[in-house]
Amino acid sequence: MRLSFPLFPEQASTLASKVDSLYFFSLAISAFFSVLIALVIFAFFIKFRRRRAGEVGAPIHGSLMLELVWSIIPFIIAMSLFVWGAIVYFDIVTVPGNATEYFATGKQWMWKFQHPEGQREINVLHIPVGETIKLKMTSEDVIHSFYIPAFRVKQDVLPGRYTTIWFEATKPGTYHLFCAEYCGSEHSLMGGSVVVMEPDEYQAWLDDAGPVASPEEIGAALFDQYICSTCHETDDSGRGPSLHGIYGKEARLADGRTVMRDDDYLRESILRPATHIVNGYPQIMPTFQGQINEVGVLQLISYIKSLGDSETPAAAAGDEAVAASNSVGTEE
Amino acid sequence: MTDTTQAAAVSASPEKQLPKNHYLNAAHGIKSWLFTTDHKRIGLLYLGSITIFFFIGGAYASLIRLELLTPQGDLVQPDTYNRLFTMHGILMIFFFLLPSIPAVLGNFIIPLQIGAKDVAFPKLNLASWYMYVIGACFTLFALFKGGVDTGWTFYTPFSSTYSNSYVVAVAVGIFINGFSSIFTGINFIATIHRMRAPGMTWFRLPLFIWSHYATSLIMVLGTPVLAITLLLVGMERMFNFGFFDPALGGDPVLFQHLFWFYSHPAVYIMVLPSMGVVSEIIAAFSRKQVFGYKFVAFASIGIAVLGFLVWGHHMFVSSQSPYTGLIFSALSMMVAIPSAVKVFNWMATLYQGSIEYSTPMFYALGFIGLFTIGGLTGVMLGTMGLDVHVHDTYFVVAHFHYIMVGGAVFGYLGGIHYWWPKITGRLYSGFWSHLSALVIFLGFNLTFFPQFVLGYLGMPRRYHVYPEEFQVLNILSTAGASILAVGYAIPMVYFVLSLRKGEIAGPNPWGAVGLEWETTSPPPLHNFESMPVVDFEPYQYEEHEPVPKPYRYSRSEG
Ligand code: HEC
Ligand SMILES: [Cu+2]
Ligand SMILES: [Cu+2]
Repeated sequence: MRLSFPLFPEQASTLASKVDSLYFFSLAISAFFSVLIALVIFAFFIKFRRRRAGEVGAPIHGSLMLELVWSIIPFIIAMSLFVWGAIVYFDIVTVPGNATEYFATGKQWMWKFQHPEGQREINVLHIPVGETIKLKMTSEDVIHSFYIPAFRVKQDVLPGRYTTIWFEATKPGTYHLFCAEYCGSEHSLMGGSVVVMEPDEYQAWLDDAGPVASPEEIGAALFDQYICSTCHETDDSGRGPSLHGIYGKEARLADGRTVMRDDDYLRESILRPATHIVNGYPQIMPTFQGQINEVGVLQLISYIKSLGDSETPAAAAGDEAVAASNSVGTEE
Repeated sequence: MTDTTQAAAVSASPEKQLPKNHYLNAAHGIKSWLFTTDHKRIGLLYLGSITIFFFIGGAYASLIRLELLTPQGDLVQPDTYNRLFTMHGILMIFFFLLPSIPAVLGNFIIPLQIGAKDVAFPKLNLASWYMYVIGACFTLFALFKGGVDTGWTFYTPFSSTYSNSYVVAVAVGIFINGFSSIFTGINFIATIHRMRAPGMTWFRLPLFIWSHYATSLIMVLGTPVLAITLLLVGMERMFNFGFFDPALGGDPVLFQHLFWFYSHPAVYIMVLPSMGVVSEIIAAFSRKQVFGYKFVAFASIGIAVLGFLVWGHHMFVSSQSPYTGLIFSALSMMVAIPSAVKVFNWMATLYQGSIEYSTPMFYALGFIGLFTIGGLTGVMLGTMGLDVHVHDTYFVVAHFHYIMVGGAVFGYLGGIHYWWPKITGRLYSGFWSHLSALVIFLGFNLTFFPQFVLGYLGMPRRYHVYPEEFQVLNILSTAGASILAVGYAIPMVYFVLSLRKGEIAGPNPWGAVGLEWETTSPPPLHNFESMPVVDFEPYQYEEHEPVPKPYRYSRSEG
């Protein structure tokens, strides 16, 4: 057991001090009112104690003036907290445009990470200090929650959809990473750490991990492995639409809706194609649910995103395309 | 005040024996209890049952606190620990707190306070207790089979697909128990509308009645939503209907919306009745009208209505749209206002009162202090930017224990101490009840205050293994819990002793104003010898009221 113990968490991200200022403000207000109320009660309790049997209190019924005062003042304070809280919240949830994208998948009971250069880690995430980092996250099973107290950030990680979290570390060090949403037996062990490093150290760490394929490259390999390419060719001549340059553009669906092709759309299109059929195409694409795991889907999406409008994919396709597995092409 | 009832009150006090006929000796035998339709006896049936669950739930809490003494998981297995906190939450919330004040004190006192013979639907009232018992049996069955490990929040898809525990049995238990809540709510609404004595206008109603009216609205409107939600979880679990599990085409966040739609207002089912008790106690022991009566009354209704519109504040990091979050945050701030109004009005009631130091009063003032801390930290949690960091940490655990123990349980204990002489006809030990109130107050704060610090440090809730630097605060918390346990045990002793040899209370031991104090203690089977007529304002204290003894506790100390 340690003798010294902290009362306040470390500040290690650009968001931390913003959250803490808000915390101290609301703490000051809470302390002020708690102490005030306790003191007044105590004073009244002593001053107006019963002095003789049969005594009654003064016949005071109320005062509209006072009621207004003690409704309006708390209201103003509460609203100022609301506004300040909303500002900080939008700072937390609005991902800066220059953020570098990492992947995180939660799974009972571990975190799997992939760096943009392709390095993979479990339960430990190495990041460079001073860089804006965004994690695209999903879960393979139940809901988890990605939480780094020193950064003051937290975001639930859901099965079946993507959520994002971002942060910029300000101080090298090793910080706790927790799963904050109860997820079963080993919930309290589903954590690890975030290691914040100086940029050159981080680079060295990346190099140490050896040359690896980037998510786009692995995605390209998967694209061949699961014979997506038999239907999706570089132009619209295949049985399915070309996937070139579709990311971020709207799709017209067979049922008349138009939807934005974002990450969640692509994920659904791969795992459960039947949920939205592109206008003008038959419903022949097989479902890949249960065959490609969430990490694979993220890599396929990276690959699709990397496909420019041109006929040649931006990333050189992974060469060692494995022979098609027998499960491909059959509906579950 | 009516002449007849007042005469009865004055003449009865010098006598040192219980009235000849009262509801307790109106009939005898186990059947007279199991088939009773007397609201007073049903209240006592509930009192017995929820006390059992309080102590079972408490035993779970003790094991949790013991495990958390050390950072390692050395006392119990992870799966066991998960069942401990789940069962603690479920038993305490559904089988103790929700029924506590309404089903025990509400049942007993509401008809007395409005001058009625009974509630509007006495048989439905009995049925409500049976629903509670049947629901409890399902839950106990699951408990003996090994319990549930989903957390009391049953988040999907963990509860609907992944958990290997008795989810369906407990869901059925809570589903059935929900009917007990609904029946009680319907009964109170009908009773308050239809059964008031002549002259008992809406604004002559004691504030205890107003708060129960508001509570009943929530019970009737909210409980069905929870029941249906749990039904859907059960169907998904048993028949693979895809409501919540994305693998089946469902939406896990939908569950959270449905769950909190009930479970946020449920907090007010627990705390509004306590607020009613506090209003009664403060008026009685300041011998003064509650300051701003109408504001306090309407604040209850305001809380009940607004309480239905804030559930999304539990979901700021759930992937709910940030814009939706804005609305929920703003409304959550609003719901703090009527609560603040109540606190200030209670304080103003003390001003120029004639304050008597008594156990119920200690609990009421304790309530105000602790509820204030609970409420203010609730506002902090409703502040979006702050909630992201403290959501699902011990900060939340500390916050809701300040509301549910510091608030709801303190109100309940205050109410029990206040109406005990009415219920049993006897007084209890002054010294021991003062002492236990103090012990509970100190133990409570030592248990839960360190958890605020832990939460901001980042210790997630529902963790059975935690980093070493959190240990000191956890030891403090566990130390507090052991003090708290002693505090809860003491009343069991002096209440039992009071039953056997407590001093006879007489109809109005506190010299309080209110119809319930104008009939004998314990009250007769039909509450009043003759129909009371109300021609006085609520809490109308006048100098010529029956002169109270300066110190009204039992001196035959046990
Ligand atoms: C049997 C042929 C076939 C195979 C194999 C196939 N697809 Fe498709 N895919 C289609 C067709 C046809 C459509 C258009 C109709 C629809 O939306 O389902 C489509 C649509 C899509 C879309 C949506 C395109 C848009 O314009 O919005 C994406 C993304 C996609 N497929 C990805 C993949 C990936 C990745 C694979 C391999 C894992 C794959 N497909 C394998 C036939 C196929
Ligand atoms: Cu978890
Ligand atoms: Cu809430």
